Amino acid sequence: MHQIFFWGFALLAVFSALMVITRRNVVHSALFLISTFFWVAAIYILLEAELLAAIQILVYAGAIMVLIVFTILLIHVEETKIINPWQRQRPIAILLGVFLLGEIFLILSRALFPESIAGTALQQVAQEGNTEAVGKLLYTKYLFPFEVASILLLAAMIGAIVMAKREIEK
Amino acid sequence: MVLVKIIIILGVILLVVAYLTYLERKVIAHLQVRIGPMRVGWHGLLQPIADGLKLLVKEDIIPEKADKWVFILSPIICLVPAFVVYAVIPFSQHFYLANINIGILYIISISALGVYGIVLAGWSSNSKYALLGGFRSAAQMISYEIFLGFSIIGPLMLAGSLNTLKIVEAQSGVWFIIYQPLAFALYLIAGIAETNRIPFDLPEAETELVAGFHTEYSGMKFAFFFLAEYANMMVVSSMAVILFLGGWKGPFLPGIVWFAIKVGAFLFLFIWLRGTLPRYRYDQLMRIGWKIMFPLCLLNIALTGIIYYLFL
Amino acid sequence: MIPISHYLTLGAIIFIIGSIGVLTRKNAIIILMSIELMLNGVNITLVAFSYHLADLTGQIFAIFVVAVAAGEAAVGLAIIIALFRCRATVNVDEIQLLKW
Repeated sequence: MHQIFFWGFALLAVFSALMVITRRNVVHSALFLISTFFWVAAIYILLEAELLAAIQILVYAGAIMVLIVFTILLIHVEETKIINPWQRQRPIAILLGVFLLGEIFLILSRALFPESIAGTALQQVAQEGNTEAVGKLLYTKYLFPFEVASILLLAAMIGAIVMAKREIEK
Repeated sequence: MVLVKIIIILGVILLVVAYLTYLERKVIAHLQVRIGPMRVGWHGLLQPIADGLKLLVKEDIIPEKADKWVFILSPIICLVPAFVVYAVIPFSQHFYLANINIGILYIISISALGVYGIVLAGWSSNSKYALLGGFRSAAQMISYEIFLGFSIIGPLMLAGSLNTLKIVEAQSGVWFIIYQPLAFALYLIAGIAETNRIPFDLPEAETELVAGFHTEYSGMKFAFFFLAEYANMMVVSSMAVILFLGGWKGPFLPGIVWFAIKVGAFLFLFIWLRGTLPRYRYDQLMRIGWKIMFPLCLLNIALTGIIYYLFL
Repeated sequence: MIPISHYLTLGAIIFIIGSIGVLTRKNAIIILMSIELMLNGVNITLVAFSYHLADLTGQIFAIFVVAVAAGEAAVGLAIIIALFRCRATVNVDEIQLLKW
């Protein structure tokens, strides 16, 4: 059962990811990206990270992608058909990507992973629930990085407003 | 067993949603001293079925310049999240589909996807009115979703759980509306804006935008948008009942009846507001959201935290 | 039971699809979306290790990655809008001057 779900979600995720980078129309790309996020969230569920799955949908699909779709519609880009001056870039990029993938496969096939302890130590987590466990860890051990992340978001917010704001003529 | 439950819930919701259109027409008619639909069936009771049949057999027009696939997909994107959400809503103590730990987060994140249906419908129609409606709804829905999320943090802090069943159980003594009146008011406003209802129905403002994002839609696709709107109204009402009004809890009557009564009261409120209030202007809508509601949401969270720490 | 290498492979494939997208596409918005894909690939790896080692730190990391992605998208889109206002294009081949 687990196997079927994993293969289904994984194949769908890879398929939609491929569609994202191959579609001509930007809106179609964005739609496929949303579906990729869904399949990745499903993979998180298989990995018993339910809070992260919810965050994935809420933040990626619900907020980031809405912003991106909004921008796409706002600036209304026509898919330009100008002749690409860097025609050679595409094969080189694909070659490099395949090469890197092969490298990762090689490493993964040689690597020795420690014995999985999933299902033993996580029992304690399962008792109080994933959300509570993550929350506790986030507000105790990782409190400082958490605050830094909030400052990062504040900086991003101010930066975005300053850059996208239209100068008001006086 | 689960499949039977799914079929029952879907069937009942579809029926309720269909009759909600009837109720809306009837209630508004009486508010305006008219009588509303009377011809089909006793006091027009078969009107929704007649409407449904009419929409089914109507010609399904796809504009020539439309992006065909997205045009077909967007009503579905709009409708599916509105129904999928019911999986975690507990209708009574024992009647629910799934009991998951992240129930409320699930509802919020899934219902956040409905906005794509509206934006993409506006875009794919390739029409100015539809596009404007889509834009408005995108800005409105992503803004008010934030307030919706922030306003429910207060009750969630009191319940100490995201699980819908545990939230209702936490209200065994006192309903959270007593502890969280401000959060309730904010939630209600955000919920009305989120479902694009009057007084925040700018995406489909008839007087300025024809019909907004679904101007170019006809037949069953149009009906999908309609169903989605009413289903979303029910989701917002159910969430309000779970978070603030003690879910299925109540004396004498069985839980599911109490749940239905409370949700029904909210639905009536939605319709009542439509019959009473005028529409806000777009800048007013944004100003209310970001300059009044957002600080109040933060204030509510801070107050809840302080009082909870000091007294409970 | 699915071995961890399956998850790592999936993460790697998605990461590389994203990087190929960054390298081949000309539309700045698609480049931004490809970066989100790459971040997702990394997140799968983090969560897979978190599950495998029964240690929630991986998930915490993934949450930080999501936060960074949100900030990145906001700033990136602001830059794209500002660029579009100046040049009326989002094609990265036409945006080649450092200053204008």
